[in-house]
Parts: sequence; C-alpha cells; structure tokens
Amino acid sequence: MQETLRPRTVEEVRSAIEWAVASETPLALRGHGSKEAYGRPVRATHALELSGLSGIIDYEPAELVLTLRTGTPIAEVEALVAQNGQELSFEPMDLGPLLGLTEGAGSIGGVIAANLSGPRRIKAGAARDHILGCEAVSGRAEIFRAGGKVVKNVTGYDLPRALCGSFGTLAVATEVTLKVNPKPESSATFCLRGLGEAQGIAALCEAMGSSAEVSGAAHLPDGLEIGEGALTLLRLEGFPTSIDYRFDILLKRLGHLGTPERLGSDATAQVWRRIRDCQPLASGEAPVWKISVPPASGAAYVAALRNRFDVKVIHDWSGGLIWLRCEDGRHHADEIRAALAAVGGGHATLVRASAAERRDVPVFQPQPAALAALSARLKHQFDPVGILNPGRMVADVPAKVEKA
Amino acid sequence: MTAIAMPAPDASVLARRREIVATLREIVPGEGVIDDETEMRPYETDALTAYRQMPLIVVLPETVEQVSQVLRYCHENGIKVVPRGAGTSLSGGALPLADGVLMSMMKFNQVLDIDFANRTATVQPGVTNLGVTRAVEHEGFYYAPDPSSQIACSVGGNIAENSGGVHCLKYGLTTNNVLGLEMVLITGEVIRLGGKHLDSEGYDLLALMTGSEGLLGVVTEVTLRILQKPETARALLVGFPTSEDGGRCVAEIIAAGIIPGGMEMMDKLAIDAAEAFVNAGYPLDVEALLIVELDGPEAEVNDLIDRVEAIALKNAASHIRISTSEEERMVFWAGRKAAFPAVGRISPDYLCMDGTIPRKELPKVLARMRELSDKHGLRVANVFHAGDGNLHPLILYDANLPGELEAAEAFGADILRLCVEVGGVLTGEHGVGIEKRDLMPEMFSEDDLKQQQRVKCAFDEKHLLNPGKVFPVLHRCAELGRMHVHKGKLPFPDIPRF
Repeated sequence: MQETLRPRTVEEVRSAIEWAVASETPLALRGHGSKEAYGRPVRATHALELSGLSGIIDYEPAELVLTLRTGTPIAEVEALVAQNGQELSFEPMDLGPLLGLTEGAGSIGGVIAANLSGPRRIKAGAARDHILGCEAVSGRAEIFRAGGKVVKNVTGYDLPRALCGSFGTLAVATEVTLKVNPKPESSATFCLRGLGEAQGIAALCEAMGSSAEVSGAAHLPDGLEIGEGALTLLRLEGFPTSIDYRFDILLKRLGHLGTPERLGSDATAQVWRRIRDCQPLASGEAPVWKISVPPASGAAYVAALRNRFDVKVIHDWSGGLIWLRCEDGRHHADEIRAALAAVGGGHATLVRASAAERRDVPVFQPQPAALAALSARLKHQFDPVGILNPGRMVADVPAKVEKA
Repeated sequence: MTAIAMPAPDASVLARRREIVATLREIVPGEGVIDDETEMRPYETDALTAYRQMPLIVVLPETVEQVSQVLRYCHENGIKVVPRGAGTSLSGGALPLADGVLMSMMKFNQVLDIDFANRTATVQPGVTNLGVTRAVEHEGFYYAPDPSSQIACSVGGNIAENSGGVHCLKYGLTTNNVLGLEMVLITGEVIRLGGKHLDSEGYDLLALMTGSEGLLGVVTEVTLRILQKPETARALLVGFPTSEDGGRCVAEIIAAGIIPGGMEMMDKLAIDAAEAFVNAGYPLDVEALLIVELDGPEAEVNDLIDRVEAIALKNAASHIRISTSEEERMVFWAGRKAAFPAVGRISPDYLCMDGTIPRKELPKVLARMRELSDKHGLRVANVFHAGDGNLHPLILYDANLPGELEAAEAFGADILRLCVEVGGVLTGEHGVGIEKRDLMPEMFSEDDLKQQQRVKCAFDEKHLLNPGKVFPVLHRCAELGRMHVHKGKLPFPDIPRF
C-alpha cells in the first residue's frame, strides 16, 4: 500500500523531498491522479500528491499572463480564463475519455508535465509554447525559479519549457506562469465528406499553406464512431467577418473536392472537443498510440501499417498527429516504430495499454544512444538519487552520488 | 576594456598554440584555420564593440564531421571553444577568449530543403534570418521571427539567443518556430532533436538549446516552421500627449481581444531623432508614438483598424494616421526601424539595453528612467515593443570623455535592476552574454543559478564551450553535483499523510 504525502506549500514539498533523498525513498508524483495510467508504471512506496498546492497567484487579463499553483484543477483554470474572454490557446486535451476516467479531471501541473495540447497545436503551439516561468523543487530538495512573467525573456536557460513533457522526472513544479490569449469571438468548420485518407490529408496540408489561418485540421476516416463516412474538417476562428472571408478562401482552394458543409460555433466546439480528446477511438481497451510524423506523410504512414494489421485512426494536426488503435488488441510496437523511418522520422507513444504492457514495452520512443545518454545526464543533474517518478519515462539506472 | 572579467587564460594552452594550429589544419584543410593576427582581427569583437579580445585561433569548418573532430580534439585536450555565427550579438555572446578556439559557422550557408507541404525549411546555421524568407517567399511563405539585424544575423545565432523581433506577440520567438536541430556536443557526438514532426520524444532539449548562448552545443542544421504571409497588413500611427495615455491604449487593445502583428512605442527623444533622420512624418508635439500593425485577411484587418482607432481616440490620442497603401505603411515603420542609427546621429555613442517589463509598468518605468537619467547625467531614448513588454532604452554617451562609458554602463545596470524590480527580466532578446552576466544575481538566487549550471554540466562537464558567458560565477561540476543530505528524523511532521 502506497503512503501519500500531501504538502500544502512549496516548503513542505521541499521538506518531503529532503526526507526522500535522505532515506532514498522513491516518490510517485501525482496531481489529481488523472494521468496515472499514462507513461511507465512507477514503483514507489510513497506518493507525493500536489492537489494541496492549489490556487491562482496572479492573473491580469490585460497582461495576458496567469500565475498559479500547479495543483489547481484544469477545469477551474479554464473556467476562470473563459470568464475573462480568454483561453489556454494550446487547447489541452483531456485524457479522461481515452483512459476510461472521469472527464474534466486533472491539474494544470499534469497538463504541463505531459505537455498536453489539442488540435490548435498546429497554429498556437503546445503547452510548452505557453509556459513563461516556474518555481520548482529539484530532486536535490532545492527550490529554484526560472523564466519570468513576461513573454519575451532570454535570461538564462529555458528550464520552464524543459520541464514540460518531463513527467515529473526532473523536478516538482509548484508554480507556473502561463501565457493566455483572447478567446476567438466565433468559430466555424469547413467540412468535406467522403474523401480518401491521402486526398483528405492533402487537402488539410493545402489549407494550412493558404492564408485562411486554419486553427484545426483533421481527417476522420470512414468507420469511426462519429458521423457517417469520412470527414475532412478545417476549423476557422476569429472575428465573424474574418471567418466568412476565410471560408471563401478555403472554398476557392478546395471547392473542387466537393461542396463543403459549414458547421456553426456550437457544432464546431462539439466536434473539435471530440477530436481533441480522441473520443472516436475511446471505446474498448485495445492499445492506442499517439504518433507524430511530418504532416504530409500521415496517410502514407498509416497505409503501410494497414497492410500489416487492422487499425482505426484519427488524423489531426494536418496529418502530423495520428491517434491509432490496434483493433486486434496487440500493441505492435516494433512495427509502429519501424514504419517511422520510411516517412522521414517521428515518434510514437503508447498512450493506452495495460500496466504490464507499459512496463514491458517502451511507452515513449526509444532514443539513439548519444541522445539517451544526454537525457540521462540531464535527469541526473536534477535528480541525482533518482527519487522523482523513477522509471516513468525510461527504466532508470540509479546513479551513485557523492554525499557530503 | 571595462570591468567585466573573463576567465584567466590557461598558460599551458597558450604555450601549445603552434601544435593546436597544426592539428586543426589536419582536420580543416585549406584556409579554414586562421592564425595570422591581421586576419583574426575581424573576429575580436561582436556587436558589443566596447569589448575586444583576440582569439587563440579561428577555425571555419565546412562539414559536420570537421565540427565534430575539432570539438572532440578540443575536449580531449582541455581547449576552450567559442562558437560564432554572424557576430551580431549585442551582449558579447561571441566575444573570443585568449586561450580559446573561435569556431565560425559561416561556411554552413546552404538552404538544404524547402518543404511547402509540411511548411518547413531546413537550413544550415550560417544562413541569414532573412535568407530563410528569401528562400520561401516565391510561394508566398516567410519565416516569422524578424530581429532587426535580420539581413545579417544567422539562424544559428537566432537559436543561440532565442531571437524575437517586432512580431513575436502574435507569431512567437525562435523557440516557438524551431522544429528540429542537428548539433554537435563538445565530445564530438552528433545528435538530432526533433525534425519535421511536432513535439519531442523525450526531454525537450530543443527548449534548452534555444537561448543557450553557445554554451551547450554547436548547431549544424536547423529545421524551421514557415508560414504563409498574411494577405494584408495595415498600420496606424498614433500620437499621445503622455506615455500613460499610450500605455493605457495598448492595454485596452489587448483587452479587446486584438493581438496586433506588431505594436511599437517610441518616446519623445526617439521620435525626434527618428523624424530628423528619415522624415517619416512623425508628429513632434507628442510624448509617445505608437505604431500598431494589423495583419491577416483583408476583411479582418479593415475591421480591426476601425476598432483600434476607436480605442486610441478614447485614450486621448492627439494624432492618428492610418496607412492606405503598402508604401505608407513602410513609411510609418521607416522611422522606427531607423531608430538606432537615428540616435547614433545625435550622440557619438550609445548603449542599447534590452529589458522586459509587464506592459502596465511602462509609465512608472519611464518616469523612473527620467530620474535615473538626471542622476547619471546622460540622456536616454526609448523604443519599446509595446505588445510584449520588451524595452530598448538607448543610453547616449561619448566614449571619448573619460568616465562616460562607465557612467553609461552604471545607468544601464540601474535600468535593468528597475526592470527586475517591477516584475520583469534582464534581457528580452539580446541575451545575457558578458554584458548582463554579473547582473544575473539581481534576478536569480544562488540555487536558481546553480540549477541552471547543472544543465550545463549535463552537456559540457568541463566548461569548455563559451565559458565566461551568462554565469557570473563558474562552479565546477563536481562541486555542483555534491549533495548535502540531512539524515535523521522525518523533517516534515506537519505534512498531511494518508
């Protein structure tokens, strides 16, 4: 049985880590526990839960900057910025549906630790593109600050950004400053039906290369639990006059592929939320992969796999993000990763799988030796004893440390 | 030479110079190794010209293999290396070391791949920032970050400094526009980060490399995101009776949900100098001048121009002009873009500072800066990236007058302390380099700086790459790695446990 420590202040976090260092006790880090089934299983007798570090520290809408404690529920954050006509424009996805958990759970710290984003990532960037600063406690039990509270800042190494996607293996972030943006006044979706995968993704790439300022570009092949037939979807957001104008730009570029439907703001919000959260692939328990490839290669990549086993996919990010479910229930890790080379590289992450599979199959893309060694050295510099989420990303080798 | 001290040269390395030259010539044949004093002279400084230092040797590799071999040799033999791009750093980031090899990357000047379907450009690091846009503009694309040195500055240097420009509020900094890198570690190992796909597969080392000021590795290839050029761009030129009015106008534009492509402010002295230089038609009876550029689809831009005009009028604007042609828009910008040389005409020398502040603090910071100007007896002109809070005070001085450079530096340090005091940072886009190195403790605690240096230790344990930059005190990695462990009773009896 895991014992849970619930610090309420950064000083309590520091003191918990100090104890863990002294007693060489590995800690499993947790916000609200919504992503525990994402990543390799952590073997730890103790959990460090950060839900007690909650609350907004500073929010000035006119500065487009939000500083908050990392245990703050993501739902609370999104509601707060929405009240002020703003949003987190990286559109963090909710892993709840895919992992069979409650929707809307999780903390902002979890979003940062997993570098979650959504369909708008192709235009606005990921979580890592919106972090400006942080306060954190390293695995050396030292509190450090990095970055700042302004957008433009090159004072020192960009540690806040490096903590994004590090799954709590480098440091425990206790406070972050994020860039927020105005929420678009309205939105619409340009929707084409019945295109094949290659044709659909080519249309997405063409739209992304136009001046239509597309903020979501997805292709949903036939046979998914969403509507009838294949859907090719392009989202437009902004001022209403601008959306009409840009819809016409898309019509001129893509009208030859069929007569588009236009979804209004409500339908747009609904469909893109489903895509964001990978809902069309959420049912069942078959393994689900998140695969990042050069966008224009999305169709070729999936076609190569379809020849070998049965898959269902969603193409987001103009083809650059593939959510892939293995219909036979097997993980196919080797084939999925081997196929990346033929399309010019990329990486595949096993997002949904049993704990045994996540222990035995590399969840994150294995790295070439020199890069893996550099990453291990970085981990060691932040967490020399290996107490922060050991094994969450890669199977750690505990290092010997000189203790004074 | 002023007060900022560089690490003492290693006498044993100086004594081996001839042998080092010979070895480097074996690795980089032909004219790629320079040891002649006259030929090395152009490398003794970058754009922070108050500091000069002749390097031990200059090497200009042409292949990744040569970069790798040079670095491996230097690593094995304890020789320092200073990487250099186009040498446009305003913070002394490429200042050579007397006992260090200066590695110029300017022979890496090829555009390797343009991929419009994936919207990427892959280039060598010596390609200029503007060169990227030149390579893709025939299809209507461009590369968004546009530092004012974009004609000359290299992409590799942009990575090192995380360069910005006037468009970063809307389009991001270099770090938001880099997709992949090939780089060589000091050990000679070649690694690749990212590519044409999005997000990193492990730790975000791209984030650490971008803005690392040449301390972590030598970049040999860069994959950048390119964007379709906005269909239209129009600008408003707005004059205000006080900087408070201008600051309030900026805040209200943002609060209205408008993110302009560019939003620049100038103070009275900068306006006067720019107008005298380029005759852009700037009003001379205002205290603050704001240029707001809106870009995007035509229908949107026209709509937003009206909205911004209404906000400006509400905030006491005394003068408004709206560009009706591309020519007129360029004239609006001509004064702003020439602000630095314009200030150069009214003063023998100037020091360009680079702090960032929360936007709302602008009036307070300008008022305090006027007090500091009186205190130091030097004039200051201000240009301000109002959208992102990045302030460029230009301190006017005369290097020929004894003590004036020192006074200007002291004034500059006071300004940067002020930026930190109001919640800002020491440098927005010029980098720490040597210029702001000794001010780092104003913003960071010792623990903050030690954790940053531990990142350096993961990449370059012997401190051979560009030492003496960024960090005021160099700690040995062994010392940084030591842990002070408090044994005994659990030190957190109050933490709730379940």
